[in-house]
Amino acid sequence: MSDDAHLRVLRSPRFQELVRRRAGFAWTLSVIMLVIYFGFIALVAFAKPLLAVKVGGGVTSLGIVLGLVVIVSAFVLTGIYVRRANSEFDALTARLKEEVQ
Amino acid sequence: MRRFLWVSALAAAIGTAAHIGLAHAAGALEGPVDRQALNLPAIIMFFLFVLGTLGITYRAAMQTRSAADFYAAGGGITGFQNGLAIAGDYMSAASFLGISGLVFASGFDGLIYSIGFLVGWPVILFLIAERLRNLGKFTFADVASFRLEPTSIRILSATGTLVVVAFYLIAQMVGAGKLIELLFGLQYLYAVVIVGILMIVYVAFGGMKATTWVQIIKACLLLAGATFMAFMVLWRFGFSPEAMFAEAVRIHPRGDAIMAPGALVADPVSAISLGLALMFGTAGLPHILMRFFTVSDAQAARKSVFYATGFIAYFYILTFIIGFGAITFLMTDDSFYTAGAGGVINRIGGLLGGTNMAAVHLASAVGGSLFLGFISAVAFATILAVVAGLTLAGASAVSHDLYAEVIARGRANEQKEVRISKMTAVVIGLVAIVLGYVFENQNVAFMVGLAFAVAASCNFPVLLMSVFWKGTTTRGSLIGGFLGLVSAVAMVVLSKAVWVQTLGFPQAIFPYDNPALFSMAIAFAGIWLFSKLDNSQQAKSEQAGFDAQYVRSETGIGAASAHMH
Repeated sequence: MSDDAHLRVLRSPRFQELVRRRAGFAWTLSVIMLVIYFGFIALVAFAKPLLAVKVGGGVTSLGIVLGLVVIVSAFVLTGIYVRRANSEFDALTARLKEEVQ
Repeated sequence: MRRFLWVSALAAAIGTAAHIGLAHAAGALEGPVDRQALNLPAIIMFFLFVLGTLGITYRAAMQTRSAADFYAAGGGITGFQNGLAIAGDYMSAASFLGISGLVFASGFDGLIYSIGFLVGWPVILFLIAERLRNLGKFTFADVASFRLEPTSIRILSATGTLVVVAFYLIAQMVGAGKLIELLFGLQYLYAVVIVGILMIVYVAFGGMKATTWVQIIKACLLLAGATFMAFMVLWRFGFSPEAMFAEAVRIHPRGDAIMAPGALVADPVSAISLGLALMFGTAGLPHILMRFFTVSDAQAARKSVFYATGFIAYFYILTFIIGFGAITFLMTDDSFYTAGAGGVINRIGGLLGGTNMAAVHLASAVGGSLFLGFISAVAFATILAVVAGLTLAGASAVSHDLYAEVIARGRANEQKEVRISKMTAVVIGLVAIVLGYVFENQNVAFMVGLAFAVAASCNFPVLLMSVFWKGTTTRGSLIGGFLGLVSAVAMVVLSKAVWVQTLGFPQAIFPYDNPALFSMAIAFAGIWLFSKLDNSQQAKSEQAGFDAQYVRSETGIGAASAHMH
């Protein structure tokens, strides 16, 4: 790619929109994942009795439920990102490519 | 009783890997083990696996012509297939045995490790995967050296890669030898030689295509086996987890304590440091990063992480059920235990072969000796697949980074480069056999932890900073990356695992179990500081080159040709 071409992309409003939307989305999801994970680790380190609390009237503890929630949330977050990226962001990228090539 | 005799020594064998949080990758078995009688069903099933994978290797070898074929399977792996292969890299024998054993022994605590291994994936997806695919060709050094001075960055990246591969490989080889000695009744040296030769054949002849398919087949076998076990466990409880938990609490010696966190995560600093190493170490493992170049575009790279996260999450939920299943199936059955002094049976540590054999005993309890053989064969296949991936990553670092860029200065032709890579794979395989033999009776459990720490403290910061921060210069990356590498290694050597347990000093100098919190900070600060201090002409042109890199990393414009042929 020539210098000229990448400058054209860089200045394109569509490129700036793509980057702004995707960066905001990706960093938000990353922060959510970090908060969920290190929040869980903090509970394990500092609030063991809380995680031992029983839920649903049986022996199942809050810790096990939350642990499964962390596992499922990791999968769900990747799903949310892939869904939006494969539709919205890829469409934007495709239009951008048409525009500059 | 008799059918369990051949597994009776694995307590020492699986070692402490699971308990220091390295279970998923380790396979680090330690200490002397008793060789067992030949296990025929397991050997036959493993033989079939080898035959099948050699057939695939032959086909892959026929189709492998260009460098893109060899390093990246011609970019022809689909997102779904790559997701399975990535998951395969992650679901090792020690992960299966170690985490289910941990759940068997202490319940909830096993879940803490599963989660740590999983949560790195979403972050890799959000920040790394597409950019890697858009910028790189065959190795992550392609990405880091996109606008930085290639020679020195490739030396740094190749060093990081080879250090990670070496420690990981030693742990795997020793683990393989011990596990196979136990599960199959083969001599340690034979086991190590068989693993070494098979991985050379897969990599040198079949390249990435064969390596990927070996990984995919193994992932399917392991998922199928684990699914069957979890199904049989839940079936007994009418598919009610609550009923399973209630029964486990009733018969487990620790009673209700298995439903809450125990003593496993002691001090918060170690917990956070370990969490960082697991989360970001994954994003710096060269054999994992290479997998993003095997798919056709950024969209497929994204999909592969999505599928991989799903498979890995599913697998860890299965191991959790298997661990609880082992409590309910095994703890009331005396035939799975050896009695201690005075005929008293310890319901946890007294398990034949130790707690890490919980899943193996459960396989026998729910599926008989034939299924036991199947699970043993899958464990062997798992180790083979992982070492093949490591060998390919190491060989690529030598041929694509060191030879093509540093020695031949970019003037090497493709054929020669691939030939060098194949020769390197043979050398790595032979060295691995020798190291596996030399380290037979050494403590290797810390080596996977070290590999993760180095990946998180050298490879990952260099990669992330070169892609995200315009100010990064070659000098900054080089100094910061090497500081991260050296500090990670130094802190592991000074920590309890090496300083006290291996070298025999009375007191650890570095007080925490994992260095990542500190060594990652050193690496990032080093890259930032020495980039800021770098006022050279070269630094200015590197920073000016960021825009072109930025456009390509965000859009893939200019990258599409990387795999076309």
